[in-house]
Amino acid sequence: MHVIETGNVAAALGVRLAGAQVVAAYPITPQTPLTEKLSELIEAGEMDARYVPVESEHSALAVCIAASSAGARAFTATSANGLLYMHEQVHWAAGARLPIVMCVANRAVGAPWNIWNDHQDSISQRDTGWIQIYSCDHQQIIDDTLKAFRVAEATSIPVMVCYDGYLLSHTYMPFAVPEQEKVAEFLPPFQPAYALDPSSPANLNTVTLPEVRLDVHGELAHGYMEIRYLLQEDLRNAVQVVEETDAAYQEVFGRGGVPLVEPYRCDDAEYIVVGLGSLTYQLRDVVETLRAEGHRIGVLGVRLYRPVPDAAIAAALQGAHGVFVMEKALSYGYEGALCSDLKSALYDHLPDKSEAPFVKGLIAGIGGREIRTADLADALRSGLAGSIPDPNWIAIQL
Amino acid sequence: MPMTEIRWHGRGGQGAITASKIVATAAFDNGFTGAVMIPTFGTERRGAPIFSSLKIAREKIYDLSPIETPDIVVVLDHLLLDEVDVAKGLKEDGLIVLNTPKPLSAYDFGGVRLAVADVNALSAEAGLPPGRVNSGIIGALCRAFDIVPFEAVLAEIEAEFDGKKPKANAEAARLAYENTTVGVA
Repeated sequence: MHVIETGNVAAALGVRLAGAQVVAAYPITPQTPLTEKLSELIEAGEMDARYVPVESEHSALAVCIAASSAGARAFTATSANGLLYMHEQVHWAAGARLPIVMCVANRAVGAPWNIWNDHQDSISQRDTGWIQIYSCDHQQIIDDTLKAFRVAEATSIPVMVCYDGYLLSHTYMPFAVPEQEKVAEFLPPFQPAYALDPSSPANLNTVTLPEVRLDVHGELAHGYMEIRYLLQEDLRNAVQVVEETDAAYQEVFGRGGVPLVEPYRCDDAEYIVVGLGSLTYQLRDVVETLRAEGHRIGVLGVRLYRPVPDAAIAAALQGAHGVFVMEKALSYGYEGALCSDLKSALYDHLPDKSEAPFVKGLIAGIGGREIRTADLADALRSGLAGSIPDPNWIAIQL
Repeated sequence: MPMTEIRWHGRGGQGAITASKIVATAAFDNGFTGAVMIPTFGTERRGAPIFSSLKIAREKIYDLSPIETPDIVVVLDHLLLDEVDVAKGLKEDGLIVLNTPKPLSAYDFGGVRLAVADVNALSAEAGLPPGRVNSGIIGALCRAFDIVPFEAVLAEIEAEFDGKKPKANAEAARLAYENTTVGVA
């Protein structure tokens, strides 16, 4: 069944389909309609879950951490400064290995105050140990949200599903809603690896010493370093889990196939533009325009940003003469974070460094600055002619 | 890819987003796989000028940037003409659909197609509260722009306003459809 709804509603319907049992959230634009929709569904008895209204985002994630520790499927959502206010608990959820799912309706962070879209909020959380997926349209939002629960539970690692604030969160477009009766085939009920039980009290994640030591059962227990190493190992292995989950989803629902990167006209491309989210779909029209002008160019959307699918990125870019990375966020003091990650992937995976494509970073749409399709084409025309705009912030007016 | 771009100008709270969503849904149900409605958000309050972009095509639409060169401009309140350059970027053979109590001859947009209807009066006649124009304006649009069977649009209006005077809203659209004047201005 197709509906025409907003991206926030697509996310909410995905959460309902997944059978989340606990939802805790604090409203913040542009995420608010998502959690409003969930509270409506729960209030109307159309979703069997507990909605916990809280006084802050920090508490929202704390509630999810508690719920997940007790074995419940838990969900939250936020944007911008709400995500930053959560930050301490964001680290905690990953360290505690809790399969929480969170949607982030991407928004610029203050100061100065700004409610519009860019990616600085979720990019600034890239080192917390969460899996990060970027959706490009409403179909991906609802499908990714559903898949996120399976990935999280298979890896015991929390997952962030990120989508552009306003551009996707508030835009109406058609998308197919997966059939509820098929969901059980794809996502069985949550079987926690460990769940708190009042009849058998325990402390979780107490002070853990630098060195390994014998536990109460007399067995050698991991120290902090081992626990953190396993998080890193499991995150690296999660690339494969994301692929397997996508394949399973495709088998049941017939959609998917681009879990790591999503190429468009890259096969014969001399130049490839790389980005995250809805911008990479907008760039498809730019690619068509530039191809009509005789340029062999394609666009590569990075769908899984953490863990970095480095091998898939390098394979997609191998053979290109040049790469332009277009980002709505940056690691202040250096460059776009994706740009750095991508260069690193190329350095690691291309056997002959002399054949590596050049990589140029471009910044666009910070704080919701309108990204005109014509401006994207102009910036890339400059790049194809050998000189990207200086400064490399598209449409900046100093 | 052939695409129709319709820019809606209204005031915060007037229901332009709902109106364009109704047209998007009717278009999608009638074979337009690409039907997206992108509201542009400022810091508007109720009554402030707002606009949204409705793009309709037979194929999926990937570009969600705001419409710059509309085929059609729909204006829910004629007083907006004093505040906003609604015709900005309008294509040469473009169309303006305007809710106004004034006749077509009162306007000069430099030779574009213009459709006018007194949607406020017609909506009141249909039994809607004063100022409710977002169902009626769809009738005026459909009169001048024949993309989806009008009966399908009326059905979608009734579905969208389920529980909120669906018959009166559909009637407002029908009255506006029948009482829209189309010409060149």
